[in-house]
Amino acid sequence: MAAVPITVPGVGESITEGILARWLKSDGSLVKAGEPLFELETDKASSVVPAGSRGVLKIAVAEGETVAIGATIGTLDPAATPAEVAAPARAQAASSAPASAPSASRPAAAGAASNDGAAADTGVPLAPSVRRLVAENEIDPSRIAPTGRGGRITKGDVLAHLQAPPAASEKVATAAPLPATAQAGDASPPGGTAFQATGGDHAQDSRATTAGRETRQRMSGLRQRVAQRLVQAQQTAAILTTFNEADMSRVQALRAQYKELFRTRHGVGLGFMSFFVKAVIEALKNYPTVNGRIDGNDIVYHNFHDIGVAVSTDRGLMVPVLRDADAMSFAEIEKAIAAFADKARKGTITVDDLQGGTFTITNGGTFGSLLSTPILNPPQSGILGMHAIKKRPVVVDDQIVIRPMMYLAFSYDHRIIDGREAVSFLVRIKECIEDPERLMLAL
Amino acid sequence: MAQRYDLVVIGAGPGGYVAAIRAAQLGMKVACVEKRASLGGTCLNVGCIPSKAMLDSSELYHLAHERFGRHGIKVDGLGLDLAAMLKRKNEVVKSLTDGVRYLFRKNKVEAILGAGRLTSPTTVQVAASEGAPIELEAGHILLATGSEPTPLSFLPFDGKAIVNSTNALCFEQVPDHLVVVGGGYIGLELGSVWKRLGSKVTVIEFLPRIVPMADVEIGDILKKSLTRQGLEFHLETKVTGAKVQDASVTVTAETKDGKALSVACDKVLVAVGRRPYTEGLNLDGAGVKVEAKTGKVPVDAHFRTNIPTISAIGDLIRGPMLAHKAEDEGIACAEILAGKPGHVNYDTIPSVIYTWPEMASVGITEEQAQQEGLKYRVGKFPFLANGRAKAMDETEGLVKVLADATTDRVLGVHIIGPRASDMIAEAVTTMEFAGSAEDIARICHAHPTLSEALREAALAVDKRAIHS
Repeated sequence: MAAVPITVPGVGESITEGILARWLKSDGSLVKAGEPLFELETDKASSVVPAGSRGVLKIAVAEGETVAIGATIGTLDPAATPAEVAAPARAQAASSAPASAPSASRPAAAGAASNDGAAADTGVPLAPSVRRLVAENEIDPSRIAPTGRGGRITKGDVLAHLQAPPAASEKVATAAPLPATAQAGDASPPGGTAFQATGGDHAQDSRATTAGRETRQRMSGLRQRVAQRLVQAQQTAAILTTFNEADMSRVQALRAQYKELFRTRHGVGLGFMSFFVKAVIEALKNYPTVNGRIDGNDIVYHNFHDIGVAVSTDRGLMVPVLRDADAMSFAEIEKAIAAFADKARKGTITVDDLQGGTFTITNGGTFGSLLSTPILNPPQSGILGMHAIKKRPVVVDDQIVIRPMMYLAFSYDHRIIDGREAVSFLVRIKECIEDPERLMLAL
Repeated sequence: MAQRYDLVVIGAGPGGYVAAIRAAQLGMKVACVEKRASLGGTCLNVGCIPSKAMLDSSELYHLAHERFGRHGIKVDGLGLDLAAMLKRKNEVVKSLTDGVRYLFRKNKVEAILGAGRLTSPTTVQVAASEGAPIELEAGHILLATGSEPTPLSFLPFDGKAIVNSTNALCFEQVPDHLVVVGGGYIGLELGSVWKRLGSKVTVIEFLPRIVPMADVEIGDILKKSLTRQGLEFHLETKVTGAKVQDASVTVTAETKDGKALSVACDKVLVAVGRRPYTEGLNLDGAGVKVEAKTGKVPVDAHFRTNIPTISAIGDLIRGPMLAHKAEDEGIACAEILAGKPGHVNYDTIPSVIYTWPEMASVGITEEQAQQEGLKYRVGKFPFLANGRAKAMDETEGLVKVLADATTDRVLGVHIIGPRASDMIAEAVTTMEFAGSAEDIARICHAHPTLSEALREAALAVDKRAIHS
């Protein structure tokens, strides 16, 4: 039986290439069918690709390389025998004995494959012990927070990285997933506005120690793509933001009243997101342009409502999409969001999950944001920003009362949505949130 | 008529002359005041350099006596011409002090001969050897006047029978019996010199150990070696007095158990330490605070004294009294004055003792690690198992590496053996880069060299030395 080629799978219509982020098995090792084999990073997501068959892995393309969809990146040979395991790292120890023979036996180069990639990534040569550890444990050095002089990674840094749980070791501002915590106070999916994407990098920088005045960290493939798309969005669309505020007391009252029954009946907590998704859909039905997109010189109106809910993960911002959310009940919405949260945490969100949304909701409120200006998620034309709920004095019937208020921000593409439409759209959402009965009565 | 400078450095020792040159490189107009006619301070004139010259010369003499035979070299009529040895030492000193003068000229640092004295926070008066005193106006003043040997109050130096290290570098005759008071590195180095040249040497030390700051295991090895070389040690013994009678001296001392000790000798070298030298500077008059107990000048992290226009470095201030520490401080201070960030890493300053075998260390000792409750691992490797050492017939000593038990970061390296003074540089570099023992172990070391012993000791931290 011949060796079976490993090809880069297609991950979505418009995606033609990705980055081979890392091999999850080492060269020469025996791989079982279905075992996670490599990680592929594309514009939208990082996905784990399983081995299609059983065999001994021969790597043809190194980590960090950009690969085309459909390209062959290695083979799985069912007939071969696995190589002497860990030949690379262990051989180094043996061959570095101070023999008097001038010919230095070069340490098996296999381990070097990922090492070269690593050195190239960080630009700073790795210390010998770091090279060995990184090779033995198949770590991407750009993921390790350095504390050495001039931003170098020390052996201790690698050891600490190996100790820490994966989420924490990324050291990004938060890795808060979608709420299985929907029943918690103000739990709403931690959506992402542009600032969140950069929050993580700041956390990295603040770990730069007295060793140097600067620390340099290569952006992950996903983050690089997100960065590109954000800039693209900003430069293509005419993005404006309109604001309003919503009195959350009715929603809070409903939640308080029904939360136990909801959980018992539906097996999931009743969060805020389901209300907002429903309110958004109501508004989208009233102002269909907001649900559309620009394609060349055409406006494309979508006759369905796929609502994306932004999630901050340790790899960056992701927006999984609730398909045909208008047909989903409150419980179904909450369940879907919880399921995405789980997938995000595990890093198993697929590109399919992220494609094709028509509108996005993002929530900076869990991080305490009072007000912000979300950026569009291209090619969508609108995005709703939710914020922290704060008790404020407001005037109701000429009386000053204290209400739990949330500022709402709606960023939109002014090329197809005009000011009046934008304001009205947001007012509609406000109305439905402040009086949830309107959702029932389509008022 | 005052001459104005951006920086006036008082003292042309390693701290002062290096600071002056660096400041000049950074564009400042610099004057360096030195009362000794030859530049270079204690280090070049009566410290590091002459002592190393004597140590190397006397070591060769010792080898000729004791070791050449092992190499199959027959020596007939081996003799010592002390005058010639001293002359060579003086020539070495002169060429280096001339070198500093040349460097000053090259960098346009004005060398001013005379004793400097602070007349205000920004003015220095120099008492010239002839003529009126010179007035210098300074944008900033750097005190780098160094240190002098500390006398014992009951045993003042007389330069003949009761001597200090400066005198001990130019005895005109090899003493019959030299008593060294103080078992620190100065006493041991000079004691070694004269032992090799034929003196009987007795070292009297107040503490229970010689080289008390060193790693205990390494210090023990040194003591054994020096004892084998013929030095006699009285530890935990306090010198109480000395009586000079014509050409001989009787030293009285008291041991720990109260026993009296009396030693007859012809010279007593008092090497109990050094203290900051600020005589004639007029620090009081200028308002510069001085620590009463130690005589040191307190400074902040930027080497500034309590007077904002006056800084101090080197032996005058806190920290080990080492020439290279003063040099690093000189550079850092000059850079800070020029508006750049300047920094000295005190954790990675190596210290060396030039006895033979040499002793060198950087970082913490095993005792310090234990005191601080650090979890550490140790790797050791003896020179006896090192190819080059064997070929050189210099197999005494070992290398010891201390590494953090969790991160493997090198915490300290201690070497006693041939050329330890040169070998320690690799350890210092590794520690500056927060390197691990494994890093040293995985780096290629030329064969056959003494440096391989460091590599094997690093391997030994992980219990996988190849050659032992």
